[in-house]
Amino acid sequence: MIKGQGRAGYWLYLVPGAILLTVIIIVPLGWNVYLSFTKYRGIKPPEWNGLENWKELFHDAEFWASFQHSIVMVVAMVVLPTVFGLILASLLFDLVGRRFDGKIAGLLRAVYYLPQILPIAIAAIVVGWILRPEDGALNDLLDAVGLGGLQHNWLGSPDTALLSIGAVMVWIQIGYPVVVFMSALQRIDPQLYEAAELDGANWFQRFRAITLAGIRPEIFVVVLTCTVAALKVFGPVYALTRGGPGTSTTVPSYYSYTEFFTAQRVGYGATIATALTVVVLAVAIFFVRAQFRLVDEEAR
Amino acid sequence: MTAQLMDDEKTTETRAPQNRRRRRTGLEWLALAITVLVAVVMIAPLLLVVLNAVKSPADFSAHGPLGLPTEIYLDGIKTFWNAVDFPRKVWNSLLISSAVAVLGVLVSVLNAYALGIGRVKGRMWVLVAFLLATIVPQEALLYPLYIMFKNVGLYDTIWSVVVVFIVIHGAFGTYLLASVFGAFPKELLEAAALDGASRRQILWKVVVPVCRPTLAVLAVFFFIWTWNEFLIPLSFLVSADNQTVQVGIATLQGERIMNVTTISASALLGIAPTLLFFLVFQRTLTRGITAGAIK
Repeated sequence: MIKGQGRAGYWLYLVPGAILLTVIIIVPLGWNVYLSFTKYRGIKPPEWNGLENWKELFHDAEFWASFQHSIVMVVAMVVLPTVFGLILASLLFDLVGRRFDGKIAGLLRAVYYLPQILPIAIAAIVVGWILRPEDGALNDLLDAVGLGGLQHNWLGSPDTALLSIGAVMVWIQIGYPVVVFMSALQRIDPQLYEAAELDGANWFQRFRAITLAGIRPEIFVVVLTCTVAALKVFGPVYALTRGGPGTSTTVPSYYSYTEFFTAQRVGYGATIATALTVVVLAVAIFFVRAQFRLVDEEAR
Repeated sequence: MTAQLMDDEKTTETRAPQNRRRRRTGLEWLALAITVLVAVVMIAPLLLVVLNAVKSPADFSAHGPLGLPTEIYLDGIKTFWNAVDFPRKVWNSLLISSAVAVLGVLVSVLNAYALGIGRVKGRMWVLVAFLLATIVPQEALLYPLYIMFKNVGLYDTIWSVVVVFIVIHGAFGTYLLASVFGAFPKELLEAAALDGASRRQILWKVVVPVCRPTLAVLAVFFFIWTWNEFLIPLSFLVSADNQTVQVGIATLQGERIMNVTTISASALLGIAPTLLFFLVFQRTLTRGITAGAIK
């Protein structure tokens, strides 16, 4: 806040954003919550049926299974990319960038980021085709290096489909934390690294004491945005496996989509979507509060 | 959040020469080897696409996906280009993504000004409310939005998609910029206020110019994200004339079984514009950031 100017006037700046948010998000969301308490198949008007959908949800094994698949997605889209992202960003910045050439580090970072700019429709075409059982590139490659015995129908068998999507998500996601963390590292005083090095600290010690401590705010941003993305992941599942084979790759978001548009059970689809919203909202509030507390502590 | 998200090699570059005199250790070579190896793995699928986009179907069935093409074959690309009316789809995508990049950043700036610099009361909850836009699963919005757009005549126009993504991506922009503005140098704001600048003047003459590099990065993100969006354009842009590149590719896939070379060609053409945009703007961003960096 700027001294001498009250806070009140700032509310004005929120007006356009708030109107758009209300029309495009809040009203449809409210509508969706309402539908979750109705029986509605999209033709006759919605019929209020109280908590029926919610009771069904709690006993719906497919719903709970879809949430278990979400845990795999969180590992693939949050845990692994953040950990690898931290290590790669630190290696690129601390060792490759400073010891070899900043240009090499910049180029490598851009290469890591490439899968991030791939449209999911395209990524799915590329990956789906690499993992194809008959003439897919991966099986061809395994054969070429003498590991033909490992050939598999990667996306088509229930035992590997979810893990295959997970592997694809690691590939897609890694560039995001690397880019964010590397830009965060620019903010750290380079003399810290040089002083630590003179004191004989090795890469791992510098990583822990300087890198990790210095970019905490960015770690929050990455973990929050990736967790939200992982919990509501839809595109890759839709494009790669349509939830199958069977229900082995169904996630909550995809499950609600099929209830909406395939099963025509709009009310129940709305219940799943609302439940998912509640979970993601709780996670987001948890992170934002922790982040605000951290900022307040550092400001003290 | 720092002011620069993407490109700033300056710091590392200028320091390199003095370090180069020292002998590199085995660990440093190992680090280079690891990071290069990861890069090779990351880019391999894309190289495969290029390789197979210029291969004839006969060549593919004879030598498989890993063999080098025996001759450059462009019919796959031609077939795809004509089948989806590619220029038209690119134009639609371009229009939608540019509009979201500009208007989304504008809305984010206004929101973040109130939250990050104005520090309005209850700003955490206001922020969470905005974040709802990225929290709500998109498929939960489809049905209500469909009815609303139908009623106001926005259904099957590119503006329906533009409005939705201004809000959805603007939520991320608000979150990011609120933390950037939160760390804005107080002295600059107070000096401007002492000179008698109004709140509006401070925003446009002080805050926005200083943060321009971040805003540029945000605009690039918005552009790429919107370009790549799939579910909402698929649902609201039903006529072929309004469709985006992604929807066009997906529809074509559904319509007929394409052979591998056409699939690769479609993938190549689907990636090419974003890739081009990314390469062009990575340079612009570097320049913008060095010029406007907060020190």
